[in-house]
Amino acid sequence: MTDTAAPPDALPVDKVIVRFAGDSGDGMQLTGDRFTSASALFGNDLATLPEYPAEIRAPAGTLAGVSAFQVQISDHDIMTPGDAPDVLVAMNPAALKSDLHMLVPGGTLIVNADAFEERNLAKAGYEQNPLEGSDLDAYRLITAPMTSLTKEVCKDLGVKPRDAERSKNFFALGLVSWMYSRPTEPTMEWIDAKFAGRDLIIAANKAAYNAGHAFGETAELGHQRVVVPAAPQQPGTYTNINGNTALAWGLVAAGELSGLPVFLGSYPITPATDILHELSKHKSFGVTTFQAEDEIAAVGSALGASYGGYLGVTTTSGPGVALKSETISLAVSLELPLVIVDIQRGGPSTGLPTKTEAADLLMAMYGRHGEAPLPIVASRTPADCFDVAIEAARIALTYNTPVILLSDGYLANGSEPWRLPEVDSLTPIPVEFATEFNHTDADGEPEFWPFLRDENLVRPLALPGTPNLMHRIGGIEKQDGSGNVSYSTENHAHMVAVRSERIAAIEVPDVEVVGHPEADVLVLGWGSTWGAITGGVRRLTNAGYKVAQVHLTHLNPFPKNLGEVLARHKKVLVPEMNLGHLARMVRAEYLVDAQAIGKVTGQPFTAGEIEQVALGALDD
Amino acid sequence: MTDTLNIATSNVGEAPETSRSDWQSDQEVRWCPGCGDYSVLTAIQLLLPELGVRRENTVFISGIGCAARFPYYMDTYGVHTIHGRSPAFATGLAMARPDLDIWVIGGDGDMLSIGGNHLIHALRRNINLNILLINNQIYGLTKGQYSPTSEKGKVTKSSPVGATPRPFNPVSVALGAEASFVARTHDMDRRHMQEVFRRAYQHDGAAFVEVYQNCNVFNDGAFGEITKKAARDDMLIDLHHGEQIRFGSESEKGVARLDGGVQIVDVADVGEEAILVHDETKPDPSTAFSLSRLAEGPHSPTPIGVFRACNRDEYGRAVAEQIAEVTASRGKGDLASLLRSQPTWEV
Repeated sequence: MTDTAAPPDALPVDKVIVRFAGDSGDGMQLTGDRFTSASALFGNDLATLPEYPAEIRAPAGTLAGVSAFQVQISDHDIMTPGDAPDVLVAMNPAALKSDLHMLVPGGTLIVNADAFEERNLAKAGYEQNPLEGSDLDAYRLITAPMTSLTKEVCKDLGVKPRDAERSKNFFALGLVSWMYSRPTEPTMEWIDAKFAGRDLIIAANKAAYNAGHAFGETAELGHQRVVVPAAPQQPGTYTNINGNTALAWGLVAAGELSGLPVFLGSYPITPATDILHELSKHKSFGVTTFQAEDEIAAVGSALGASYGGYLGVTTTSGPGVALKSETISLAVSLELPLVIVDIQRGGPSTGLPTKTEAADLLMAMYGRHGEAPLPIVASRTPADCFDVAIEAARIALTYNTPVILLSDGYLANGSEPWRLPEVDSLTPIPVEFATEFNHTDADGEPEFWPFLRDENLVRPLALPGTPNLMHRIGGIEKQDGSGNVSYSTENHAHMVAVRSERIAAIEVPDVEVVGHPEADVLVLGWGSTWGAITGGVRRLTNAGYKVAQVHLTHLNPFPKNLGEVLARHKKVLVPEMNLGHLARMVRAEYLVDAQAIGKVTGQPFTAGEIEQVALGALDD
Repeated sequence: MTDTLNIATSNVGEAPETSRSDWQSDQEVRWCPGCGDYSVLTAIQLLLPELGVRRENTVFISGIGCAARFPYYMDTYGVHTIHGRSPAFATGLAMARPDLDIWVIGGDGDMLSIGGNHLIHALRRNINLNILLINNQIYGLTKGQYSPTSEKGKVTKSSPVGATPRPFNPVSVALGAEASFVARTHDMDRRHMQEVFRRAYQHDGAAFVEVYQNCNVFNDGAFGEITKKAARDDMLIDLHHGEQIRFGSESEKGVARLDGGVQIVDVADVGEEAILVHDETKPDPSTAFSLSRLAEGPHSPTPIGVFRACNRDEYGRAVAEQIAEVTASRGKGDLASLLRSQPTWEV
């Protein structure tokens, strides 16, 4: 926490949702990120939702080019970036047009008045300037000539007008920071560090920020300045983390916990690429990153590295998983450890690469040829990606199997405060490779059988380089035990059964029921819907309704107590960012009348949506 | 690799003496009787004892096809992977385990059709693999369809009135990818195969060897015009580094530079001094490429031997060096510090 105290006249509020929206080139992601960081350091709980177009530079000023960043900050534990923003910052007409409908009635609307000129209005499809009519009367409108004021303060610094214009997002940041009593120092320090060596840019950005701050102070805004006090948090050291960074760190941690070097084979794909970027930085942990020629080589190289004794990992999104599926099946057949990370996005095909969706669950479960079962885990929050990455590696290395980890674009780019774990508290992942013969042949000679299983049906791994244990493995069906090629039909049926049983027998923790244990309505979820479901269920519980919640990390195998838990509740609702994948799975597995609640708009559920759906089920 | 890792590293030091039988697995070899793959297998099993390498440090990786059954017959480590992907799997293994000798074996369909992308990128990166492309100009395992090396007009089950596309020349493809070692040999001459395979083994980086191999069931005699004993003198141009490129029973023919490329000439016509001296170490692959274009197919005098063998950074080592350098300059990574590498605050 910084020493910047909120002004004594600031009105405390328990939460606020701010949405920064502008053109792709306006720096909205950076602005939102800075506001978030300052709030995190201030001690708020928070959740973020960055939304940006698929095009790197969509035509400036158009609706297609709008980039937005929504953040909720609060003085209490929150789960989501909020249902509807209290404040919308619109840097141009297109941003106003595309995002105004989200703003709560009576909400605060801050616009860059300079951008509302004829050309931009036309590009956004406005026939008249909305700032001039009565269309915006329902909101508290603050118009600030951000571009011209920024240029004005930069003039004396010797900054060229074009460069000065680029700093206008810091004006917006300064203004909103004043309104919500955010500390200034962290942003100043960040500007110094980020633009080190480029003094004019540092000066321009700081001047713009200060001008925005001063605008708030001096203009007759007619607004009470407010503050969102710090949220009570468990004692500890916190950092603000997004899902992809947490996931990358979890993989580094898994390497440390298992004593195996990490090998990442990857091919760039939105929204997974940042994991490749992050892991590329961590060579000092012995992490090898390989940017392969394609998705298939990415997973192939990772499997090759696993065969050599590394923790092999590949990271991708849905289209990449489709390309990797044949190699994943090979990993199922070879019974080698492998972690496949799928950062889901809107599909099919290229779909909505920068928008979130969670419609790869059935592909993860069934999207392979032959009977090819494998374990699936899913993360529920950005910080949870750390733990789930370790869990995926634990299962892969303990049971010698490929594991699919499902995250999504919302978790990947969203961030939250994370209480850092003590490294000593993380559970080691014991790994043992075979070094001795394990069988005797007909002549009494010792030999190595690569498919002689232990009590968990797990086969031994003898790494190349190990004396005497030379053996061959391959995708052709193998004789159980010896591992030799076998076309025996009986053996194949046996191997199919063993591969199925050994995955089904993987130990996973039981689910915990949150809320009322005897509730009529149970909301079952997986993945990033956790925040919205938790928020919605909490609202109903606080209002006295009997509702319960179960959220799955392990999607295959299911926790052993899941069937019994589902049977206890009259209605099971399954909100998912797809058309009912988990709902289908539990219906098939447990014969329960689970109702799918799908959302495929490229945006996460809100707590309010979950609340309404559950309320409807309670009323029935 | 550091001493804290769980994984075993290979034995070093002098390997125990082995014989051919030590390298033979207990599995029955199941190629068609008369298949050229038998002689490739024999050449390898005879060569490896001579190389003084350890069986446990040797790995054979293959994709899908007749030739891809190779690993099952070697008493080494081995993985029979999936169609076309053996170079990708082997690349990961080679990066993880630079201590291993890795051989990648596949056919013309496996490596030039479904796996063409992986092949050229393995060659481009110069990862330390010995890649043997067993070329029989036909799909054998699927019982006779035209392959990416089948000649134009070839009549097969899938091209009853003749294949329409032009074939790949595998040596040209490898040189185009700027492979640092490119050679060709054929299954009728075990001694030549062994010498070429030995050179491939000794090469630091990706070594590419095309092996003309007879599929006596679906494409019998495809290379007979140039590989049968009586024809070899006049039809095979055996390349030797530092020597003039000459062939014919009396060495009466040779290769000379003409019209911006190279051509086959009668030595008597152009004079001895005009005959090209083979330099496999040239960094510029142009001459090697020209040599690879001398014969359109195995019907006219065809160069064999080592086209190119030059030094280029080995990829796996370059990656490992980056890891070592970063670790040396920053110290071994510390997880607790990593978790605190972004701004933090205390509660």
